[in-house]
Amino acid sequence: MSLKVSSHSLREKRLKLRGEKKKMHLKKTLVYFFLILISVAMVMPLVWMFSSAFKFRAEIFSYPPTLFAKNPTLSSFFSLFDQYPFDRNLFNSFFISASYTALALFFCSLAAFGFAKYQFPGRDYLFLLLLGTLIVPFHVTMIPLYVFYRKIGWINKFWGLIFPGMANAFGIFFMRQYLIKIPDDFLDSARIDGCSEFKIFLGIILPIARPALTGLGIIFFMGSWNNFLWPLIILKSREMLTAVVAIRQLQGVLRVPYDLIMAASALTVIPLIILFLVLQKQFIAGITKGAIKG
Amino acid sequence: MAKQGQEIKKESLFKKIRKNKIPYLFISPFFILFAIFLLYPTAYSFYLSFFKWNGTGPKLYVGLLNYINLFANRPFKQSLMNGVIIFLEYVPSMTLLALILASLLNSKYLKLQGVFRTFIFLPYVTATVAVAFSFQLLLDKKYGLANLFLGFFGTEPIGWLNTPNLARICLSSLVTWRWLGYNMVILLAGLQNIPLELYEAAKIDGATPTQSFFRITLPLMKPMLLFCILLSTVGTFSLFEEPYILFLPSRGAGPMDATLTPVVYLYQTGFRYLHFGSASSIAYALFIILFLASLFEIKILGEKK
Repeated sequence: MSLKVSSHSLREKRLKLRGEKKKMHLKKTLVYFFLILISVAMVMPLVWMFSSAFKFRAEIFSYPPTLFAKNPTLSSFFSLFDQYPFDRNLFNSFFISASYTALALFFCSLAAFGFAKYQFPGRDYLFLLLLGTLIVPFHVTMIPLYVFYRKIGWINKFWGLIFPGMANAFGIFFMRQYLIKIPDDFLDSARIDGCSEFKIFLGIILPIARPALTGLGIIFFMGSWNNFLWPLIILKSREMLTAVVAIRQLQGVLRVPYDLIMAASALTVIPLIILFLVLQKQFIAGITKGAIKG
Repeated sequence: MAKQGQEIKKESLFKKIRKNKIPYLFISPFFILFAIFLLYPTAYSFYLSFFKWNGTGPKLYVGLLNYINLFANRPFKQSLMNGVIIFLEYVPSMTLLALILASLLNSKYLKLQGVFRTFIFLPYVTATVAVAFSFQLLLDKKYGLANLFLGFFGTEPIGWLNTPNLARICLSSLVTWRWLGYNMVILLAGLQNIPLELYEAAKIDGATPTQSFFRITLPLMKPMLLFCILLSTVGTFSLFEEPYILFLPSRGAGPMDATLTPVVYLYQTGFRYLHFGSASSIAYALFIILFLASLFEIKILGEKK
């Protein structure tokens, strides 16, 4: 593409402005080179992960290392499913992330609707309190929650992962920003038609808020899918682990089974990469809208 | 009389709630969950930080001893120090790089910006655990690609993950790799909010691109930069998965505790050694330190507007 620019400009203004154009051209080439370099650095660890997933263990532990597998094999994937319950682990991740996302979206937008579209005493103080909860880091609550879960039998249960973040201040804030822009006439005309408030929420608000829900939903899903510390603490048996925790548990005492780990890693990152590529626009809009609050 | 007055007030409050029961109902799930999963644990954590407790036996009240021990013994201070070093190693350079990339992707003279943005943002969606293992293998002394590449230039194999300073650099590069795109996307959104007329006006007044960068871009981007830096500060001191996986044999501590971050230390104290009381004091001390650090940053960076 830079070639096209160069031949075009050379032919047209060979004499005039020759030096300046050349300088500009050089600058542009350098910039593209820089951007390509960064992009390669960004993709490299993933390429390495995928290529190692198709190697035999012997090839991973041979010198010199190879970028691509000499004899590609699926054996790591088969042993993940035969000797380990990794298919179950992937399903767990999916189940937890999907239910968390659905519930969190529902409760966050419900509360956001309450804050955005109603007048009631104490509203602004309650909202301030809600925002205040954002400063408490999760790790402060970790030990008491663990003790609490032990008491109520939530250790090694999925509920323990789904509940804590289900109605979170960030999500409510995010949705409120969107819902506050919906004109009141919309709701009033529905009320005249005899809709109950909850029906207005389900039938009018949620459909209008679909773009915001998609953006927030991806953020929730990703956060839950990649979450590591809390599941590492409360999930105990092999069958209950989420995919990311299962990857960590593949490492035994002896030499690191990189073939299995890389295959499991590839399977774990692929769903999110696909989700990102498909919904890129909403994803990035969600990320930036969440940030602009600050 | 006073009592009667209060009763009337109470009744009216009750009435108020009844009248507005729908919005209260809508927001109540949040506040119920907040009380159970945030308020109660936060308070209980504070309470526990004054006790010695292994999680099952009786709790022993020790007063401020947990906090005194924290600052009297090495590991916690070391973990804070590590946080500071790691912060300095990557936050300034990553934020600057993110700003440069955002400016490039915002420029109208370049093509394929969407493609570059996709590549640079991609690491953010990948599971840290998965990628940390990939980094571990890339940096392996014998079988890693990094040393093979350096070998072309005649460098002897380097034990990246075995020396304290290099270990921290590896950790910093993993964090940079994952968060560069996120910061870039946020800064890019900020740049796109700056009206183009400002630059045009500056150009008419004879400002060079460098001048307009320092006089227009930087001041207007200050809130976004502050946001990124605040997030990176909290993120650095809360690093867990990256060191934990990269230095799995030592459970995240790294060579000579070089990558022991406060949260890794908290995890080890609480869930490996089951010292619930002192782990709670770590959590609280860190919470307060981060809170003060954020205030400090807001004051320093937010003031000169």
